[in-house]
Amino acid sequence: MLLQRFLIRLLTMLITLFGVAVVVFVVIRVAPGDPIAMMLPPGATDDDIARLRALYGLDKTIVQQFFIWLSGVVRGDFGTSISLRQDVLGLVFNRLPATLELAIVALIMAVLLGGTMAILGARERGTAVEAGIDIASGAALSIPDFLWGLVLILLFGVLVPIFDISGRVSPQLDLPFVTQFYLFESVLRLRFDLTWDLLKHMLMPAVALALPLAAIIAQLLKQSLKEVLDLDYVVQARVKGFSETQVILREALKNAALPTLTLVGVQFTFLIGGTVIVERLFSYEGLGNMAIDAVINRDLPLIQGIVLVFALLFVLINLAVDMMYALLNPRLRHG
Amino acid sequence: MDEARIVRRGAGPRLWLAGGWLLLVLLAAIFAPLVAPQDPLAQDLMLERLPPFWLDGAEPGYWLGTDSLGRDLLSRLIFGGRIAFIVAFAAAIAACLVGSTLGLIAGYFGGWADRIISRIVDIWMAFPPVLFAILLVAVLGTGLSSVILAIAIIDWTRFCRVIRAEAMGQSRMDYVENARIAGYGRIGIMLREVLPNVLPSIVALLSLEMGIAVIVEAILSFVNLSISTDDPTWGGIIAEGRLSIHQAWWVLVFPLITLILTVLSFSQFGEALKTRFDPVLR
Repeated sequence: MLLQRFLIRLLTMLITLFGVAVVVFVVIRVAPGDPIAMMLPPGATDDDIARLRALYGLDKTIVQQFFIWLSGVVRGDFGTSISLRQDVLGLVFNRLPATLELAIVALIMAVLLGGTMAILGARERGTAVEAGIDIASGAALSIPDFLWGLVLILLFGVLVPIFDISGRVSPQLDLPFVTQFYLFESVLRLRFDLTWDLLKHMLMPAVALALPLAAIIAQLLKQSLKEVLDLDYVVQARVKGFSETQVILREALKNAALPTLTLVGVQFTFLIGGTVIVERLFSYEGLGNMAIDAVINRDLPLIQGIVLVFALLFVLINLAVDMMYALLNPRLRHG
Repeated sequence: MDEARIVRRGAGPRLWLAGGWLLLVLLAAIFAPLVAPQDPLAQDLMLERLPPFWLDGAEPGYWLGTDSLGRDLLSRLIFGGRIAFIVAFAAAIAACLVGSTLGLIAGYFGGWADRIISRIVDIWMAFPPVLFAILLVAVLGTGLSSVILAIAIIDWTRFCRVIRAEAMGQSRMDYVENARIAGYGRIGIMLREVLPNVLPSIVALLSLEMGIAVIVEAILSFVNLSISTDDPTWGGIIAEGRLSIHQAWWVLVFPLITLILTVLSFSQFGEALKTRFDPVLR
C-alpha cells in the first residue's frame, strides 16, 4: 500500500517535472532576440551564423531542440552562464546551501512561534489571549514576506539598529569553511563567533519569511487542538490530574499535529519561493538573489538552471510530506 | 450556520474601513493630476530629502517630504497608485476569468478534464511565483501589459484550485441532480446552478488577488522590471527608499504604509464581501 502510493507519487512527480521543463523551454524560446546574434561579434558572416546555429542545434525542429536540451538537463548539463561564464550547475550548487540554510532557519522559527501561539491560544481558549492571538496571526498572514522584510529593515536596521540587514556574513571575517553550508559548518567547527555573526545576518530575512507561515500554523494547529481537547481520552487525562499545559503537550498535540504537518509541507515550498525577493531585499547571497541578477542580465541558461532546481526542490518536498503523512496517519498505515 | 458566527463575521466596520481606504486611493489615482500637489517627475536639487511636514526643515506644499532628487513623495505615491490599481484590476480579472473557468470545468465535469487541468496546476505550483513573474516580464519585455499578463499567467491557479474544490462539492448536491432530472443540459447547470453558488468565493478571491497583484507589481518595480523607470511606482519608490534609508527614512516608510494598508484592505474587503454575498451565511 505504502510502496504503491510512493510509486504513484513518484510517477506524478516525474510528469510534473517534465511539464516544468516544457514550460521553461517554451518561455525561454519565446524570448525576443536571437541567442546566436548575441554570441557573435558584429560583422559575422552568414556562414558563421549558420555554423553556430548548427553547433547549438538551432537548425533542427523545435521538438528536436527540446529533446536535445532535455537530455542535457537530465545528465546535469545545464549549459554555461552567459554573464558569469561558468558552469550553471556549479553556480547553482554554490548558492543553494545559503538559501537552504535561510529557509530551514525560517521554517524552525515559524514552527516554534506558530506552535507556541497555537498551544497558548488553545490553553486560554475563549479569553482575550486567544482573541489577541487571532488578531496577531490574521495580520501576520495578510502581510506578505516582502513587506515584513521592509518593516523589519526599518525597525531593526534603522530605528533600533541591532541586527544586520545586508549580506550573509560580515565581510571582514576570515572564513575557514570548505562547504557552502556556513551556519552548519560553523557549529561543527565550534566557531560560535561565526555562528553568531551568521545568525545576526540571517535573523531578519528569516523572520520575514517565517511570520506568514507561523500565522498559518498558529491558526490551524489551534483549531485542531481545540477539537481534540474535547475528546474523551483528553478529558480522562485531565481527570487524572494533569495540568492543561501537560494535557496539551502530552496528549493532544500528537493527534492534532497531522493536518498542520501536511499544510506546513506545502507552505514550506511557498516559503522557499519567498526567499527570491527576501534575499534581494537583504542582499543575502543565495540562489534567489542570483536568479534576479540572472534575469536582469538576460542570462537565460542560468535562469533555466535555477528555475529547474527550485522546481525539483518543490516536488521533492511535496513527495517527502506526502510520504510522512502516509507513515504517520494510522488509517493509511494499516489500510 | 449558527448566529454567533454571522455576528462575529459581520461585514460592518471592516467592510467600510477597508472599502473607504481603497476608494480613497482609487479616487486619488483617477484624479491624480488634480489632487497631486506637485509634478511627480519634477526634480529640484535645492529641495532634496526634505522631511515630512511635522519635522524641522519641511517645505510647505511637500507634505510627506521629498526623495534624493527633490521629487515630491506624496505626488509620486498618488501617481504610483494609478499603476498599482490598473495592474490590480486588470491582472486580477484576467487571472480570475481563466482560473475560475478552468476550475469550474474541472470541478463540475471531473474525469479527464479534471485530470488534465489538475496536472497543469501541479506544474504551475512547482514554480517559485516571484521568480516566475520576474522571468516572464524579462521575456515579455518591461511595460504595463507585460506585468499584467505575467501576473495573470502565474496566479490563475489560485482561482482554479479553490473553485474546482467548491464546484466539486456543489455538483454532488441534490439540487444539481434535480436540475439534471428536470432536463437541463450540463453546461446550463454549470452556469445557472453551480456558478452562482461559487460566486461568493470568486468575489473574495478576486479582491484578495488584487492585493497580491499590487504586491507583485511592487516587487517587479522594486527590482526595476515593471514599467519604464520614469513613471512613479510604489515599488520603485520603495527601492529608492531602501537605498537612502539612513538619510531619508520617510521615502521608505510612506510607500510601505500605503502598500500595507492597501493589501490589508483588499483581503479584508474580500472577506467581508464573501460574508455578505454568501447565500448560506446571508
